[in-house]
Amino acid sequence: MTTSRKRFTAPQRLLHWLMAVCILSMLFIGVGMVSTVTTKYLTLVQIHKPLGIAILVLALIRLSLRFVFHAPALPADMPEPMRLAAELSQYVLYALMIGMPLIGWGMLSAASYPVVLFGSVHLPSILPVSPSLHTLLWHAHYYLAFAFFATILMHVGAILFHKLVRNDGVFDTMAPVLTHDQPE
Amino acid sequence: MRQSSVSSRTLPLTRLAIIAAVVGVAAVAFAYTAGWLSPDRLTPKKLVASLAPPGGPALGHRRNHAKGICFTGTFEANGNGSELSKAQVFVPGQYPVVGRFNLATADPNAADAMVRVRGLGIRISPPNGQEWRSAMIDAPIFPVSTVQGFYDLQMASATKDPDAMKRFIGTHPEFLTFLKWAKSAPWTSSFAEERYNSLNSFLFIDGSGTKHTIRWSLIPAAQPVSISPEELAKRGPDFLEQEITQRVASGPQHWSLVVTVSNPGDTTADPNKAWPADRRTVDVGTLTVQQIEQEADGPCRDINYDPTVLPVGITTSDDPFPSARSAAYSRSYNSRTAEEKYYPRSATGAKQ
Repeated sequence: MTTSRKRFTAPQRLLHWLMAVCILSMLFIGVGMVSTVTTKYLTLVQIHKPLGIAILVLALIRLSLRFVFHAPALPADMPEPMRLAAELSQYVLYALMIGMPLIGWGMLSAASYPVVLFGSVHLPSILPVSPSLHTLLWHAHYYLAFAFFATILMHVGAILFHKLVRNDGVFDTMAPVLTHDQPE
Repeated sequence: MRQSSVSSRTLPLTRLAIIAAVVGVAAVAFAYTAGWLSPDRLTPKKLVASLAPPGGPALGHRRNHAKGICFTGTFEANGNGSELSKAQVFVPGQYPVVGRFNLATADPNAADAMVRVRGLGIRISPPNGQEWRSAMIDAPIFPVSTVQGFYDLQMASATKDPDAMKRFIGTHPEFLTFLKWAKSAPWTSSFAEERYNSLNSFLFIDGSGTKHTIRWSLIPAAQPVSISPEELAKRGPDFLEQEITQRVASGPQHWSLVVTVSNPGDTTADPNKAWPADRRTVDVGTLTVQQIEQEADGPCRDINYDPTVLPVGITTSDDPFPSARSAAYSRSYNSRTAEEKYYPRSATGAKQ
């Protein structure tokens, strides 16, 4: 579903860039925390959990906005494989934005860890304690994190291609500010 | 716009190179953060691997303190702890406990008499859901002062090089204090006669927000009876588990939870340094062990006694060990839960 607007709405753009910062931080925090035994480990874990839940909430809001406002149409002259990749990547990114925090939450639940956001704010356990469930979710969380980062790299590469090589206005649909004169 | 379209056609290689550079730099930064470019970084993986015996880790079991037995019971707070910490576990009341007596060995089949250090893991669950987990040992101090030192100790112990230990002690002389304890401290023939110490310091935060740097110990109600290691060696390989099972069956066992408050200037970041004996102590309540259960089907099996699972009112201090322990315990937990099939539950337990 698309809209006749040339750009995503301001709230959609705001959420996109806010979440870009959150998700990139999240992936670096995740991969960094499991590689250290210094006190950074605890600090990073304590950021990782609430940030993950924040991403989940933001992703759900963003998905709702997407249903309400839709997305601007892709350029008509885009080759079919490119169009397919663009659409598929959006499904993948939404699935990961919503799925990863849920998997993390479920993984902690299945391992009988309290899910502490901050201070006395805890989330309820969403799964029974189970080593096999924990193992499944932990593997999923681990491998999907790399898939997520790879998808983001492709996303960045693709949008730079749109901007720098094709210059077809796709970047401007999500640009925080317009980079050249283009009617709204 | 037209102009830039033209330039993009004339300079596609430069522009593609820019794209490749952006993506490449991001990928390298990610790899660096993950430690892939830093082979010397002490990772949880390396730390946990260093604990494994020469034949590899015992699959399905904790990577250290692998031999243990579960217990359930209660912690009854007497209210004295509220002066130091606002945590609900210190408000007078009785809170359920799931714990584990254990031995500091990577071998779940080690003979009890061969293991010098005994431990106790505990999870106290007050009604507000703010759990307090702790894993303590009976040694009065930790073998080394730093996390790197602990790793170096494992490396020195594992190697066949006869001079490795000498070199290790040369760079970690604090280990001698521990060795002295290990060689001279009396042994007992029961988990119930041991005193278990947090060793790491933590911060208690009271109702006014004031922080107190503390350590804690569980002090047994049972009178310790010392026994020679030679005498212990004559007993069966699992005498400690058998003894505690019988002992608890005939009556619950008790420990006082005693909090020691540091004075300004005390070393708080080094669990190898005991605090002077005259430091103020507060008896905050009683641990009662009511029932023993085998680990394979027991309630402690799937619990990670991560010492950084703390309620509001307790936090980590400048002691770097709890963070390292948390990172390593998590790694151990992830590994052993994925190897569940190598540590089967018994027929009755398998039904769950």
